[in-house]
Parts: sequence; structure tokens; C-alpha cells
Amino acid sequence: MRRILYIIQKEFIQIFRDRTMLPVIFIIPVVQLVVLVYAATLEMKHINMVVVDQDISMTSRRLVSKFEGSPFFFVNQSTFSLKEAEDLITLDKAHVILNIPSGFEKNLLRENHSKVQLQINAINATSAGLTNAYANYVITDFNRRIIAENVNYISPVILKTIDVNYSYWYNPELNYKIYMLPGILVILVTIIGMFLAALNIVREKEMGTIEQINVTPIVKYQFIIGKLFPFWVIAMFEMAFGLTIGKILFNIPMVGNLFLLFGFTSVYLIVALGLGLFVSTLSNTQQQVMFIMFFFMLTFVLLSGIFTPVESMPKWAHYLNFINPYAYFMRVIRMILLKGSGFWDISKEFFSLLIYGAIILSLAVWRYRKTV
Amino acid sequence: MEKQPIIVVENLVKKFGNFVANDNLTFRVKKGEIFGFLGANGAGKTTAIKILCGLSSPTSGKVTVAGFDVYRETNKIKQNIGYMSQKFSLYENLTVKENIRFYAGIYGLNKKVIDERMEELLSGLNIQELKNTLIASLPLGWKQKLAFSIAIFHKPKIVFLDEPTGGVDPIARRQFWDMIYDAARNGITVFVTTHYMDEAEYCDRVSIMVDGRIEALDTPAALKKAFAAENMDGVFLKLARKKSN
Repeated sequence: MRRILYIIQKEFIQIFRDRTMLPVIFIIPVVQLVVLVYAATLEMKHINMVVVDQDISMTSRRLVSKFEGSPFFFVNQSTFSLKEAEDLITLDKAHVILNIPSGFEKNLLRENHSKVQLQINAINATSAGLTNAYANYVITDFNRRIIAENVNYISPVILKTIDVNYSYWYNPELNYKIYMLPGILVILVTIIGMFLAALNIVREKEMGTIEQINVTPIVKYQFIIGKLFPFWVIAMFEMAFGLTIGKILFNIPMVGNLFLLFGFTSVYLIVALGLGLFVSTLSNTQQQVMFIMFFFMLTFVLLSGIFTPVESMPKWAHYLNFINPYAYFMRVIRMILLKGSGFWDISKEFFSLLIYGAIILSLAVWRYRKTV
Repeated sequence: MEKQPIIVVENLVKKFGNFVANDNLTFRVKKGEIFGFLGANGAGKTTAIKILCGLSSPTSGKVTVAGFDVYRETNKIKQNIGYMSQKFSLYENLTVKENIRFYAGIYGLNKKVIDERMEELLSGLNIQELKNTLIASLPLGWKQKLAFSIAIFHKPKIVFLDEPTGGVDPIARRQFWDMIYDAARNGITVFVTTHYMDEAEYCDRVSIMVDGRIEALDTPAALKKAFAAENMDGVFLKLARKKSN
């Protein structure tokens, strides 16, 4: 036990003596949280729209001004030539074309039926889908008014409609930031834990000091606990620090029990640190560690459901997520913070991670050799 | 009375694939002697020293160090040996004091003993004022002396030195050897590899390895006589030449 304390003491001295460490611990989280939370948004505002109004009627103008009044769209050009509008899309100056054909108003009044055309840049399918949905929403609304205005004298029949009454739970304002922030926090805590621990161990290999350690009677588990514990502490601190920033800057809700969240984080970190240790046993240089880590980071983060719901991923992605620590934490941190889930709600994830941690840590300890 | 052997090696073989790094080594090191382990680069010295320190397992043969078996009791061996390698292994970003405390701590010494011996060490080397200096800012000669002092800080029975004096000037080397003699006088067996032949003269007994085998083992004086050489350099060259012919 005393031997472990000597290792922990030495690690902390080295960590805090390293000039790059303090910025890593204090500045990177602030920057990541502030920049990424704002940037990693799927909300779309001010979609550039070019209008081709070939009808130039009252109704067509009203439709255009309806779009102008929507916060989602910004009508930055209007033209009479479809060709010119299409060029604007090619130049990336516009995202969507609203094409109102001539006879738009006439058809509407005479035949109770008329058409407009939307041409959307669909390079990014998600944003194209959203653009379509927003535009439809604007047009449907416009449609209703036309009907309402004309219903009295066109037809005496009362239109039967189903009114959909909705309420958004857990995030009533549909604020994307409070959804993103916990996700970014997960990445942050993982980077600090997994990366730094793995790099630290491999640095000892590079310096050759690991050989000196290996000829001492220290037992593997003592060395590993002594090595990982400081990073566990730092990562836990990072979690608290990140949550504080989230509260101050974004006022993220903390509906659930914070003790539960920290309890879950501590188990999660066992997995993260275990993976870090495992990677360090596979690598001899810090470059190798970085390379392996980046590969797993990218894959795991994208699969974890940080941006897109896991439910809509293919079946194999679900299976891959069994070994994806991010996926567990991503789900649980949002459940606790935003929904206020209790222990039994997250018990499946909790025990899965506990088993995962036990497996990866034993694997890493087994791989870690005191011999050469 | 003949002194007890502290290292016993019988028919030690270490293979890496088809390559035989240690070919049937047999020797004994007596308690308290300074045993020189010589050989050209790639002769298999480091491989053998790693086996003796419990860093690597032999392919076959019987090896005991300080009475413990290298197959099963490596941890007991490690408690009883000190090790200093050609690769400098103190922490550059820790101070002299922090390095001493760390290594002493992981050998399981308690705080009181550490503090006492640290004072002894610092006054012995006359570097009390460097106590809080980072290792990175010490000259190489000092680093090596310090590394040696730390390797014997827990009072091991044997200390293994793998080319300890590489890269330092003759005066620093001479001072280093004075420390080795001191350690030997205090009853620590010294097992040292080197390729400076003048250093071989300082050893009680010397073994010379060529291509994974021990080709000669005796006191420097006896070896010089047997090979009709003026100094150890001559002995070494004759052995190496004999092999290549």
C-alpha cells in the first residue's frame, strides 16, 4: 500500500510540474465546451433562399413574405430566371430555390389547386431534410390561411381537421446546447483519462525508466493502480469543472442526482483508464498511442450517438456499441442530467460498464509485462 | 574458506527464435566480489544480465541469484538486487530528493529509513545543496553517481551495472569506480559489464563473452598470463581474433 502512495506522489509531482499539463486540465475544457457546444449544432437558422417568382401576384408575394418572416429562412436573392437561381446554388450562395410558376394565383383561385417547386441542395442529406421540413411547415401554414380566408364564400362545408397537440419533454425549448453539452463533456473526460494515462505510461517506456521500475520488487497491480489513480482523480475533477462551466455558461439543467452521475463517472473511468492502459501495452511510442487512440476516438464518438440517435443506426452499429464506452456514458449522462433518471433506470448501463471495466482492466494487467 | 557463491549459473541458454544469444553459460559469482562481465557489443552480455535481474526468462538452464530461482522467485530476486543500466534511468523532471524518495519508497523502505539514508547519501556525495535540483540540470557524471547510489540505496546483496560509465570522462570514471569499491567493501557483490578494458583490471574476476559463449573466466592477472598479454586489451583482442579465424 505504501508503495502505491509513493507512485501516486511521484505522478502528481510530475503531472503538475509539466508546463503543458495545467493548460490541458483547465483551458482545453473551457475552449471545447464553449466552442464545440455552439458549433456542433444541427439547428438551422437563416437558410439562404433564392426566390424565382414568375407569377408576381398578390398571393405569390404573400408567400414570399411569409418565408421572409420565418426565422429559418433568409431570402437573399430574387430573380426571374431559374437558370440564374441554379447558378447561385452551384456557387453555394443559396441553399434552396423557391420556384413559383406563372399562373400560381390564377390556378389557386380557379381550380382550388396550385403548385410551387422547391429545389434543395442535398449534399448534406440531414440539412436538406430539415430545409424541406421547415419549408413545408411555412407553406402548410400559408395554405391554411388561404383556406380560412376563402372558406366562407367558396364552400359552406366546415373543414374537419385533426389538431395535433404536442409538448416537448425534458427539453421544452428544444435547446440544442443542453443536448450537446453533456456529450462534449463525455468526450472531454475520456480524453483526459484515457489519453493522458496511456501517454504517461508509454513516456516511461520511451525514457527507459520503465526498465528501472521493472527491476524493482513492485507488483504489477501496485504499479498500475499508482499510475492510473492520479488520472482518475483528474478526470473526476474535469467532470465537476465541466459541469460547473455548463451551469454557468449554458445553464444546463441538472434534474437528476449529481452523486449518481459522479458514481457512474467513476465506474466509466475504470473502463476508460483500462482501455488507455491496454493501448499503452500495445505501443512503444507516444505516436503509436496517438494513432491508435484517434482511430478509436473517431469511430466510437460517431457511433455513440453524440450527434445522431443510435436508434436510427443500422443493427451492426448497435452491436458495436456494446464495446463502445462512449455509448453507455452518452446515454446515461443525458438521462441523469436532463431526465432525472434514477439508479434503476441506468442500472443496465451501470452493471454493463462494471463488467466491461473488470474485463478490460484484467486484459490490460495481463498484457502489461514486467519482463522484456 | 571459500566464500559462498551468490550467483549460480549452470548451462544457461537463451534463444530468440533461431538466434542463440546465450549459449550454455556456466559460472558462479562469489559473495562480495567485483565480477566483470566483458564482451563486444552483441556478445550477449545484456541478455544475460536481464535474465539475472528477472527481467527476462531463460530458455533453459539453472540460474539462482541470491539463493532464489529466476523462474519462480523473480520478485524475491528483485528485492535483493540493485540495477543500473546504460540507459540512464532517473526521472529528469524530478529533483534529486524526489528521485531518491520514489525509488526507496517502491522498494518498501519506510519514511524514517529513507530520510536517514538520504542524509547519508547526500553528505557522502557532498551534494546537499543539490538536493532540490532537477536531475535534468545535473552533469552526466553526477547523474551516474547518483543513479548508482540509488541502485544500492535499499542495501541489496548484489548490484548489476550494465555499462555504467558510458560517455563520461576518465576522472569521472575513476571516481565512479571508487564508489564501486566502497560498495564492495560494504559487502555488496558487484556484477558489472563494460567494454573499457582498463576497467576490467579493477575487477576481482573477469569473464569474457564472445558470440554468446564465455571464452575465458579468471582473475585479470591469471588471464594476462594465460594469454601472454600485457594488459586486458591484449587478452580481449586475442580472444576475439581467435574466434574470427
